[in-house]
Amino acid sequence: MPPESLTAPAQDVIHNIGYRNYSGARLGRAYARRSLFSQSLRGAYGLGRSTKSKVLPMTLFGVMCAPAAIMVAVAVATKATKLPLEYTRYAIVLQAVIGLYLAAQAPQSVSRDLRFKSIPLYFSRPIERVDYVVAKFAAMASALFLLTAAPLLILYVGALLAKLDFATQTEGFAQGLVSVVLLSLLFAGLGLVVAAVTPRRGFGVAAVIAVLTISYGAVSTVQGIALARDNTDAIGWIGLFSPITLIDGVQTAFLSATSAFPGGNGPGTGAGVVYVVVLLALIAGSFGLLMRRYRKVGL
Amino acid sequence: MIATESLSKRFPRVTALDRLSVDITPGVTGLVGANGAGKSTLIKILLGLSPATEGRATVLGLDVATEGGAIRERVGYMPEHDCLPPDVSATEFVVHMARMSGLPATAARERTADTLRHVGLYEERYRPIGGYSTGMKQRVKLAQALVHDPQLVLLDEPTNGLDPVGRDEMLALIRRVHTDFGISVLVTSHLLGELERTCDQVVVIDGGKLLRSSSTAEFTQATGSLAVEVTDSDACPDGTAALIGALAAAGLTVQPVGRAAEFAAAGSGHVVLVDVTGDDTYDTVRDAVTDLGLGLVRMEQRRHRIAEVFQTADSAHERGSSDAA
Repeated sequence: MPPESLTAPAQDVIHNIGYRNYSGARLGRAYARRSLFSQSLRGAYGLGRSTKSKVLPMTLFGVMCAPAAIMVAVAVATKATKLPLEYTRYAIVLQAVIGLYLAAQAPQSVSRDLRFKSIPLYFSRPIERVDYVVAKFAAMASALFLLTAAPLLILYVGALLAKLDFATQTEGFAQGLVSVVLLSLLFAGLGLVVAAVTPRRGFGVAAVIAVLTISYGAVSTVQGIALARDNTDAIGWIGLFSPITLIDGVQTAFLSATSAFPGGNGPGTGAGVVYVVVLLALIAGSFGLLMRRYRKVGL
Repeated sequence: MIATESLSKRFPRVTALDRLSVDITPGVTGLVGANGAGKSTLIKILLGLSPATEGRATVLGLDVATEGGAIRERVGYMPEHDCLPPDVSATEFVVHMARMSGLPATAARERTADTLRHVGLYEERYRPIGGYSTGMKQRVKLAQALVHDPQLVLLDEPTNGLDPVGRDEMLALIRRVHTDFGISVLVTSHLLGELERTCDQVVVIDGGKLLRSSSTAEFTQATGSLAVEVTDSDACPDGTAALIGALAAAGLTVQPVGRAAEFAAAGSGHVVLVDVTGDDTYDTVRDAVTDLGLGLVRMEQRRHRIAEVFQTADSAHERGSSDAA
């Protein structure tokens, strides 16, 4: 047998080519931050995760959009002269859906890394604490923005199809978008802070719901009492103490929204400035708290 | 690779590192110390995540105080504790970590497949990590530290929680990281014995101070001893005692071990420890056994325990301080 035939069978086997070094691009910190942002944003809708984890966010997204689609259908069919609901009012009416979404997704976004102690793996890489917090915050806010802006877009497109006045609708749509941007930032901040201090996911979900509903319940009750006593001034100020009424106050004062406060007694421009200051302080404050939280869990 | 110069880290109540100066060359380096000796603090400083109180350190020629980001791009880190989410597969997790290291998406996927294969994870890499054994999880942790092809990896207690077989496999893998992959390794452990087999250089720290830094060969020579076990014969009813006598006569330092814990498992109570002074020690022992007509059951390098290094270092330290006084 010639010696060549001995080596011949080796050609069909898959060779272990050994370790290969990587000499390609290393895109650094900004790229890592962007990757973390997109991974978190996709994760917030269950993309890139199991089928099971897609169910809830997608269902809530559907629930959020369905009323808008119905309103549009009604408006087109009845040749109405205006939409049944203002753009700015939409998120206020569907606040429960937004709250549920936040409660489900904020813990998913931050509690997992804390609970399973994956954080050191991030911080032993080029990204730093601020990159992590910025990416997670931006991803949660963007996810909420998608959730709240999509129905507004449906309303707007529908309104144009129904041949409603273009200028009025565009203005309303723009005001609605500004309002949901603020809402997304505020809710993302609060949700992430609550989730980040409760590493157990179940507790995180409960805590987020509690923060949103208890504060809203308390504020509405006290506002109701104030209305019964004809103390309309107080109604405006009490709204400062829960996230959704805070947004309501800001848009009533500056985005020509109709207030959902009892009796429609929203804050005036003067009180509105206080609302904006509190709103911005809360967003900045949640960012600061998140930064502090992650300083502790470093390596 | 790594150089520190009187590196200190003080917390309000504890001094974690105390004027540590050490120079680590490329290769596999073991960092040994008891729990709380300052190993993890040192790693944190080397990754540029925690500023040193005083002194300076460089990793791959980069200053840890100012170039932390550049260091972390070229260095891999495997933490001691569990750090893997159970609900994703090893592939997904390592791809994500590769992207966090700055690898473009395609490269991240290719490198992940390669790296997982190299650490010995095959079909199971598509299953959720939650169902993995401890050994497999350790491999995933190692893979995420290697996926971006670093020049240096810092492995914090990689053999923790593994059974003896898993431990040996992990140590062999660590050895390969250097020999086959060309990546330098700094590996911590509280077991000197296992590092001795794997490392080129061993650094021992205790209470944040450097006890000793030397190549493994020097280590073995300095503290080496030989465990010898013999049978009894008709001529020598107590073979062990006879051997001790013969070896002592030949000028070697000998001590019986009796039923010491580490040999008890082997079922023998007749082990003699001989201090190795050079290559001729082995010949002397062999000749002594033959002359006595005993059967040689075994003759093996005894593994050192960290306690011994501490004892020798302590006595050296005491000598040093009495000199100073």
